[in-house]
Order: sequence, then structure tokens, then C-alpha cells
Amino acid sequence: MSLAVDEQQLREVALTQAEYDEIVDSLGREPNLLELGMLGVLWSEHCSYKTSRPLLRRLPTTGPQVLQGPGENAGAVDVGEGWAVVFKVESHNHPSAIEPYQGAATGVGGILRDVIAMGARPVALLDSLRFGPLPASRRHFEGVVAGVGGYGNCMGIPTVGGEIYFEDCYAGNPLVNAMCVGLVRADRLMRARAEGTGNTLLLVGAQTGRDGIHGASFASLELDASAEERRPAVQVGNPFLEKCLLEACMELQDLEGVVAVQDLGAAGLSSSVAECAARAGAGARIDVAKVPRRERGMTPYEVMLSESQERMLVVIERGHEPAVRELFAKWDLEAADIGEVTDDGLLVVLEDGVAVARLPVALLTDGAPVRILPSERQAGPPRIDLAAILPGEPGDALLALMGSANLGSRRPVFRRYDHMVGDATVLPPGGDAAVVRINGSSLGLALTIDGNGRYCELDPYVGGQLAVAEAARNVVATGARPLAVTDCLNFGNPERPHVYWQLGEAVAGVADACQGLGIPVVSGNVSLYNESEGFGSIYPTPVIGMVGVLADYRKRLQAGLRAAGDFVLVVGDGPRDLAASEYLKVVHGQVAGRPPHFDLARELAARDFMLDAAGAGLLHSAHDVAEGGLLVALAECCLLGGLGVRCPGLRADGELAMETAFFGESQARYLVSAGSRAMPELQTLARRHRVELVLLGLVGGDRVEFEGQLKVGLAELREAWENALL
Amino acid sequence: MKFGIVVFPGTWSDRDCGLVVEQLEGAEVEYLWHKDADLRGVDCVILPGGFSYGDYLRTGAIARFSPVMESVGEFAARGGLVWGICNGFQILCESGLLPGALIRNAGMEFRCEWVHLVCERADLPFTHYLQEHQVIRVPISHGEGNFFADPATLSRLEQRGQVVFRYSDERGYVLLDANPNGSAHNIAGIVNERGNVLGMMPHPERCADPQLGGSDGLLLFQSAVAAAVEALAS
Repeated sequence: MSLAVDEQQLREVALTQAEYDEIVDSLGREPNLLELGMLGVLWSEHCSYKTSRPLLRRLPTTGPQVLQGPGENAGAVDVGEGWAVVFKVESHNHPSAIEPYQGAATGVGGILRDVIAMGARPVALLDSLRFGPLPASRRHFEGVVAGVGGYGNCMGIPTVGGEIYFEDCYAGNPLVNAMCVGLVRADRLMRARAEGTGNTLLLVGAQTGRDGIHGASFASLELDASAEERRPAVQVGNPFLEKCLLEACMELQDLEGVVAVQDLGAAGLSSSVAECAARAGAGARIDVAKVPRRERGMTPYEVMLSESQERMLVVIERGHEPAVRELFAKWDLEAADIGEVTDDGLLVVLEDGVAVARLPVALLTDGAPVRILPSERQAGPPRIDLAAILPGEPGDALLALMGSANLGSRRPVFRRYDHMVGDATVLPPGGDAAVVRINGSSLGLALTIDGNGRYCELDPYVGGQLAVAEAARNVVATGARPLAVTDCLNFGNPERPHVYWQLGEAVAGVADACQGLGIPVVSGNVSLYNESEGFGSIYPTPVIGMVGVLADYRKRLQAGLRAAGDFVLVVGDGPRDLAASEYLKVVHGQVAGRPPHFDLARELAARDFMLDAAGAGLLHSAHDVAEGGLLVALAECCLLGGLGVRCPGLRADGELAMETAFFGESQARYLVSAGSRAMPELQTLARRHRVELVLLGLVGGDRVEFEGQLKVGLAELREAWENALL
Repeated sequence: MKFGIVVFPGTWSDRDCGLVVEQLEGAEVEYLWHKDADLRGVDCVILPGGFSYGDYLRTGAIARFSPVMESVGEFAARGGLVWGICNGFQILCESGLLPGALIRNAGMEFRCEWVHLVCERADLPFTHYLQEHQVIRVPISHGEGNFFADPATLSRLEQRGQVVFRYSDERGYVLLDANPNGSAHNIAGIVNERGNVLGMMPHPERCADPQLGGSDGLLLFQSAVAAAVEALAS
């Protein structure tokens, strides 16, 4: 069955000639078409990480809290009281560019199955989205938001957090990163290992169709004019079926003889069977004729590469099949016996008993040759053009920022997501991290997802660090201790030397910040080739999903000011810096300067102060100072709490000093409010942690006011803020 | 007393309702599977929220044919308490236990947010812990909660006082601005003539705990418990 391949055939499976030669070398023969297709999808960047793997080694992945690091369907950490939190983020960028609703919906569906496969019940979804500017990108924006909501709402899993940014560079390549968080008793955490020769492989859930063939390979190419023709490579989601699959998989854990559950995601049966077997060092034999199909005349190639959604592979000890079948029948789900676990390390595909593919499992999963690509440092960021910055009213700048697409209220989006189902969302979306309690205990999980592509474009190393720092501050601002990270690395075409350099720098930045802050990475995803004709490459966009824990969720803090007469304080007051700010972009049209410095010692000091102060119940509110700087953070605290603030004028001397004080984005800062009686204790704590604590003003009135410098009514701010996305 | 919480494929408020019931004094939970016609002697049936059978046809359109719904219909005819929440309200309308229908929100978008409701019937088994005209704060979460009925049905509902909850502002004024989905007459919940079958779009089970932002929903659950206990005693 050997064939001489040509360039066209290799391009179809997204393999290079060198990779093909490697395959022939390893097999000692030429692969047939089916084998070539299977190797193509498994050796795609999406499945094999062949380009990013050497860089990812830098990420810290261990810690006493880690129950499961990278390599499984999702990572898991111990949060205490016998609970394990399982979580992962995954991109669905390419499908969402072509078919926004289904691309986003199936992105959510896929990440849910990753968590379910670990035995965990999903309790929260978050999403990080990037689009081109509105109104031009409204089709993408509306479609993706509807898709995220359409799937999560129907499943009954709350979407509790997320972030959205609009930049020109995402116009041709929107980013859709979905994160799922699940809960399981730590002693019932499952691993997807196909152990036990002779055990049965059951394919459960949806029937297999022709949808999504070559999705993984497609995600590993640039989008070009033919992207429209690839529309069939986008799958269609059925959240109702997945809801039934979820409940059946939860009940499955009570049955005897369940060895493993594995999600069918990118590369469908090919990758799920291969990965499940690889983790156990086993082999597998499956017969495509036994796979239930929704279309007639499907070839083994189509069955093996289909990415039809809502399917799971379940490994059952031989003899226990009847009870498992009965369970799936209860939920009206099909469960087909498609094969068995073997001990020869081979994945053998049969069609009606006749072998049509025979490949070593290790070649499929670990055989992809690692690619070290040429790397070229890009020129430093453009300098701020000081001459072009004319002095203006800070009040006007504040209104412009609050009404800008990147900083405006996200309520028009999160009110389309069910964020309350589960009776556990004790801190809803709209502030820093969301907090979801573990019902039946006092534990709370602080959940956030963050990234700043512009920082990374200006300096990918610092940008990588700041993505982690910002996520950690969001968690800390609720009073929770950061525990672990899942990362989604969205980049352009790594074959361009400066993109490969960006990838290396950003990963190093993420790794160093995680190491320094003691927050390991337990799962993640890489999405490369986010480029398209006419639009160029996206900003390097590492996105950080983070989970933190509160011992007592009743002590959670929120961003909104609580009581008139409270003191408003800035925690941490480092060097002031206007570079790379939202202010420069929105008000002056400049994307310039090196992003603010990541200072580990300051971050740690501010964090420790915050956790001690929150734990002691000294604070009435807390908010992270991020994009838009101090003034935007303050305005958000006011709008969320429905209370104004009065401050004496800020002292600032020098060029752009006032703008920098109000809108600079220097790091490691929080805005908090507290009753005046808490001041002595707060000052003592600040001294102990060597962190600056600056009294900014008093809560009260219906304006944001800095004496002699700025006076803006809350009604006017709210009007701008709430209509920014409409 | 015992609440029976019906579970259809696609139901997701079952666990939330169960969580609330478990914390009520004198109440227990029984989950009722849609394929099972046996109501197991429960005193109040809850049809919870979700997307039963995926709601691919019309919301609640398939659920009404399930074995459990036949029993629920008989139970209601005997005067048993039946409480449909969100998707459960849609199922009650589809199965004819309540008049009208729930159609797509007027804004065409899913809405998950807190709303205010003014209570117009405080004499029902589900509401006697409330005062007439009391305003409560409850979350909604639906894409198809726009109550629709023909003019004759609407006027019958109004004349017979079957409107239990209307969307209002925080003062209890029934205004257009307070209507989140375009419902006729701002209707958020109705009861049958006999007063034992209540359907409502908002989610009282999501606001039975101050830690979740409000506890007005608890009053409805407590009312139902007290009514059932009283019925058992008589």
C-alpha cells in the first residue's frame, strides 16, 4: 500500500518532506494514506507541540499543591479538605475566525470534556477573547459571545469570568481561549491511561460524522484565502448531548471496572486512542466498522480523523461492560465496543477485521521531531513621542478611557452568560477574579484569566511576566492565595524568526514570574500560526488562567467601595511609568515605550500585605490597579460600589508627571478601602511587609474628585462606561 | 414533607433546588427521573430549570411527553403542588397545565441578571410567607422567557387574579423599563385557577442564601413547606 507522496499530499496533512522522511525511516516503509493522515494530525503543532516543546520546558510545573501537572487531559491541584481542582485553558482561534458561533461553542465543549475526563464536575467557565476593533469586527464579537453563552448556558455550567480586548492585529485572527474549572474529591481523580491488556475500548456519546476532519492540522497553518473552503473543518456543537455525557460520566465513577475516560478532541479517535495508550505504555486495536456513524460511506481515514464533538473514549475492564452500557443507555447515549487494549505498543486500525493501519503508538505521540527554528530578536519598542502629547484635561481623558472598548463595562457580555447556576458564584463577574465557593465547605476558589498582548508586542519577556503578575493580583485582590496556572500561548507563525523569538521570550517571562511567585503551571495549550493574509500577525498573546483559594469564602473582598467615610488607600507605590499604557493608546494614539517593570520583591510584598490585611478583616474593598492606571481603577471602584471619592490634589512634578500619576500602569499596586479605625493596624502591617501605603482620599459624594485637578460626576462616568460595548 | 425534583436530560437547576431544600427544616428531597412515572409520594413537585431534551424544538415541547409528566398532570389534578421554575414553567405551558407560552426574549438575547418582582398573590401555598405587593429581588437566566398569550387568555388571567409575579422596579412599579424580556403585562409568574400549579421564569433557588446576593427566594420555599405540612396534618 505504499505510495510516493508529492508536495500537495504532504501539505494536506501539514507535514514537511523532512518529517515524512523521518516517518519512513522509523517505520522502515512508506506509510499508507490513512497512516499518513493520522501522523499528520498527531504531529501537528496543536497535538505535538513540536515547535514549542523545547521552550515549554522552562515552565515550572511542580509544587506541593500539584496533584497532576501537564500531560494529562487537564492539570489538578489540592485545595484542601480533600478537594482537587482540575482546570485547563484551550484555544479555538482558527475555527472561531471562520465560524464564530460554532468555533466558540465547540471550544467550550472541548475544554469541558478535558475536565470531565479527569473525573471532575465542571463548576466554572472563563474565556479570554480578542477581536479587531468594533464595529468592523462585530460579526466575530457577537458570534463568539453567543457561542460561548450558547454552549455554557445549555450545559448549566456558569461562565464566571473572562476578558476581552480589541486591537487591529486581531481583525483577521480573533482569539478564543476557553478555560474550564472542575471539582473532584482528590482520591477520585482519574487519569486517562489505557491500562490492562484485553480491556475494552468503548466509544460513547455522539455518532461520528465527517465534521472537523483535519481540524488540528488546520489550526497549525496560517489562514489564507482557502480558509473559507475549510469551513467543513469546523465542528458543530450539541451541548445537550454533552450535558448527558457529563452526567453519565459522573455516574460512571460509581461503577466498578472503569479504568479511564479520555476526551475526543483535536485529531479525534487517532489522538485519543494513541494518547490514552501511550500514557500506559500500551497498544490498542480498534475496528472502524464498529464506530457508530451519522453519515454513510465514511472511509477509515474519515472515521479516524473526524473531530465530531461530544464523544468520549472509556476504557473498561473486560467483563464490566454490561453495567456501563446500561448506564449510558439510561442517558440515551450510544456506547460502542470499538476495540481493546493490547500490549504490543502498536495502534492497529482494522476495517471489518482487516488491518488498514499499523503504527507504533510512540511514533504517533512522541515521534514528531522537535523543531528548533531560527530566532531573531526584534528591535526595541518605539519611544514615546513626547512632542505629540499635548496637555489635556485629565477628566476628559478619564471619560475617554472609561468609554473605550478595552476598558468599558463587560456587563453587556456577561449578562448573556449564565454566571449563577450552581448556587456557588459568591463573587460574580465584573470585578477582579470571580469567586466560586465549594458548596458544603468554607473554601472559595478565586478564578481569573488575563493577558496583555500590547505589553508583549512591546516586550515579550516583560509582557509574559506581567500577564502572570496581573492574574495573580486579580486573585489576591479577592483575598485569595494564588495556587496554580494554566496558560494559553497565542502567537503568529513561528517560522518567522522574530515570532519564534517572541515565543521564547514570552515563555521565559511567564516561567520566571511563575517561578518567582511560586505558582506552577499545571496545564496549557499552544496556538501558533495566528496570521492571515492582509492582516499580518497577532500580538504575541500569552494568556494566563489562574486559580487561587480562600480558606473562608465569606472573607472575600470585592472591588466596589462600600461605605461613605472610608479611607481609600493605594498599596504599593513604585516608580511611576506611562509607557505602553492604555492612556497613550486611547488618548494619544501611541503604542510605545517599554512596558512597566516587573519587580518580584514589590509584587511579593504587596501580595503578603493584602493577604494578611484581608485575612484579618481590615479591608472593606480591594481592586487591582491595571490598564488605565490609578484613575481608571478608582473610577471602577466608585462605579461598582455606587459611591464617589474625594481626594486632595496629587503631587507630581516634571514632564507628564500628572498624566503618569493618574494613568501610568506601574505594577504591584492595589486600591483598597478601609474604615478609619483599621488604619493603625494597616500601617503596622505595611511597615512589616515593607510596602508603601498611601492615603488617597475619602469615600463619599457622587463624583471622582481630586482637588484642583479633576472633577467628574459618577453619572457621566457610568454613561460612558456602560455604553462602551453597545 | 418531601419535594420531588424532576430530572429531565438537560435539566440543570435540579441540584440547586436540592441544595436549598436540604437546608430547609422539615423538608427532604427526592429526585424523580423523567422515565419513571412513580412520584414516590412527594408533596410538592418541582420542575426545575435547564434545557430539557436540548429545547431544540420549542422549550419544554418534548418534556411534556415523558412518563413523569403524565403522573405530574394527574398529581396536579388531585390538587398536588406543582412548581415550575424557568424551563419548568415552559414545560407547564407546553403540557397545558398553565395557559400561554414562553417565547424568545424581545431583545433576542439570553439574559442572566437580578430583577425585581412584585407579588400580587400572597394567599397561595407558594407565596403565603410574602405580603401582597411585596417586592422581591430574584435572578433570571433565560433566552426564552417572554410570556405570550392571546388577548382573551390574558384578560382571563388578569380577571381571575392568576398573575402572581410581575417584573417591576425596586419600588414595585410595573414599568416597561423593568421588563427584561418583553413579557405581556410584565408577567413573570402565573398560577392555575385552583392555585396549586405555579410557573415562574425567575430562579428563587438562586437567592435562598445571602452569600449568593439575596435570600428572598427562601420565602417561597418556606411557604411551600408550611403549606405541605399543613395539608399533611389536615
